[in-house]
Amino acid sequence: MQNYSADDKFIRELDPKDHEISISTEDLHVFYGESEAIHGVSLPFERFKITALIGASGSGKSTYLRSLNRMNDNIDGTRVTGKIMYRDLDINSQNINVYEMRKHIGMVFQRPNPFSKSIYDNITFAPKRNGVRDKETLDELVETTLKQAALWDQVKDGLGQSALSLSGGQQQRLCIARAIAMKPDILLLDEPASALDPISTSTVEDTLLALKDRYTIIIVTHNMQQAARISDYTAFFHLGNVLEFDETSNVFQRPKITATEDYVSGRFG
Amino acid sequence: MNSKKWNTVATGILYFIAGVMILILAFLLIFILWNGLPHVSWHFLTTPARSFQTGGGIGIQLFNSFYLLFLAMLISIPISIGAGIYLSEYAKQNWLTSLIRTSIDILSSLPSIVVGLFGFLVFSIQAGLGFSILSGALALTVFNLPLLTRNVEESLNSISESQREAGLALGLSKWETVLRIIIPEALPGIVTGMILGAGRVFGEAAALIYTAGQSAPALDFTNWNPFYIASPLNPLRPAETLAVHIWKINSEGIMPDAAQVSAGASAVLIIAVLIFNFGARFISSRVYGKMTGTK
Repeated sequence: MQNYSADDKFIRELDPKDHEISISTEDLHVFYGESEAIHGVSLPFERFKITALIGASGSGKSTYLRSLNRMNDNIDGTRVTGKIMYRDLDINSQNINVYEMRKHIGMVFQRPNPFSKSIYDNITFAPKRNGVRDKETLDELVETTLKQAALWDQVKDGLGQSALSLSGGQQQRLCIARAIAMKPDILLLDEPASALDPISTSTVEDTLLALKDRYTIIIVTHNMQQAARISDYTAFFHLGNVLEFDETSNVFQRPKITATEDYVSGRFG
Repeated sequence: MNSKKWNTVATGILYFIAGVMILILAFLLIFILWNGLPHVSWHFLTTPARSFQTGGGIGIQLFNSFYLLFLAMLISIPISIGAGIYLSEYAKQNWLTSLIRTSIDILSSLPSIVVGLFGFLVFSIQAGLGFSILSGALALTVFNLPLLTRNVEESLNSISESQREAGLALGLSKWETVLRIIIPEALPGIVTGMILGAGRVFGEAAALIYTAGQSAPALDFTNWNPFYIASPLNPLRPAETLAVHIWKINSEGIMPDAAQVSAGASAVLIIAVLIFNFGARFISSRVYGKMTGTK
């Protein structure tokens, strides 16, 4: 891989008049101990759109994603500086209630991680902890979220069975249903299909496309076809910097930066 | 020889070693039960021991063993769960926590007679508890706590990190995640460790000789007031347990049927420990099914 200059970048500005911004970062740096993993990333994420974060392994895209809902807080020695603006609020500041914030910004992980509880309990667990007690409301929540995650038809007769008895793709869609049961604004997905077979991957992709009407989706992916298929915007990460951010069609068809062009055409990564 | 033959030979040797292990265990079990069971009767299990005549039982010792076990677990279970949760979920990696872990490992390898003498000095003499169930329970706690704590910590550690992330990402607090997701999933392991620990405590003698004492005064099973001196529940009375009783009659028993009493008591002890072990498996699989909805 040749060296690309971090100064050579193109970040499309989204005019707030035409684009409603759901969440954005300003000069976000992430440090693991002494080493800097993210070197000041500023990106806007438009509401009800899918933004893909692409880049080679170690480019920092997952690290960046995980700092958006402060999941990096839990790793000893991690420090995040800069602003994360969500509803005119810097959620990267100390006085933010991170638990409350995470109810608005849900997350789905690389490997499906359902709780070893029943399908029903997986979805209702967090809402119940937040005081939803009414059985009918919970039943309805299970049905709508499973329908949104395109899993309802396969599991509706066995909601009491263990989530661990589902296939990998079904488990991942259950995790998506579990995340949207908290009615978040934003859904962060960290390579949600990388552990899945091609058929499950395409079901998950269809699910995401269907969800974009209601949620702002930010997805990290290794799979460039996937980014091209489902996303509206694409950000290209390279060694902790975003070198290009633009509408997805531009990034893949008319990249403005050499590094992006080399990456999307498969010359490295 | 080719690799296929070597494989056969190696497998054969491993089977042989495993077989030897099982044979030794089976021999011990059959020997103890064969010698002991003929002497076990309802009368034997319920009457007090006799020092000079035949026909004594192990009633009081049996009761003492269970009561002592109960008290020891009552003290050590909450502490070990708290300490295990702290070490697994909250402790940062630094010199202090590594010191705690090392201390726990050293404590868990202390010979039980040393724990017993420590308990004698500290609980019986210094704290003035004398030879009592309470001294014994505290000594057993010292003996058992390190292993229980490590067991809780390891059971929690075995739960995948992704489960913690799943809880936190749903907006649950760390404590809620630990309490409602991690502990339930680790519960089968924790329960198994607790019951196996109970079995270990039940068969322990050396730590109790100088703490719970070697005498089993007559108990009045009609008075359950814990403050009454002959009450079975009185925690400040001396209480010889089954394991101590076996040790004692073998070293200085002068009743004519000492050998039979010892054999019978050993059989009862072995059966109790076996029940603990099988119970651990049974209960942990039931608990797992219940907590996870797989059954």
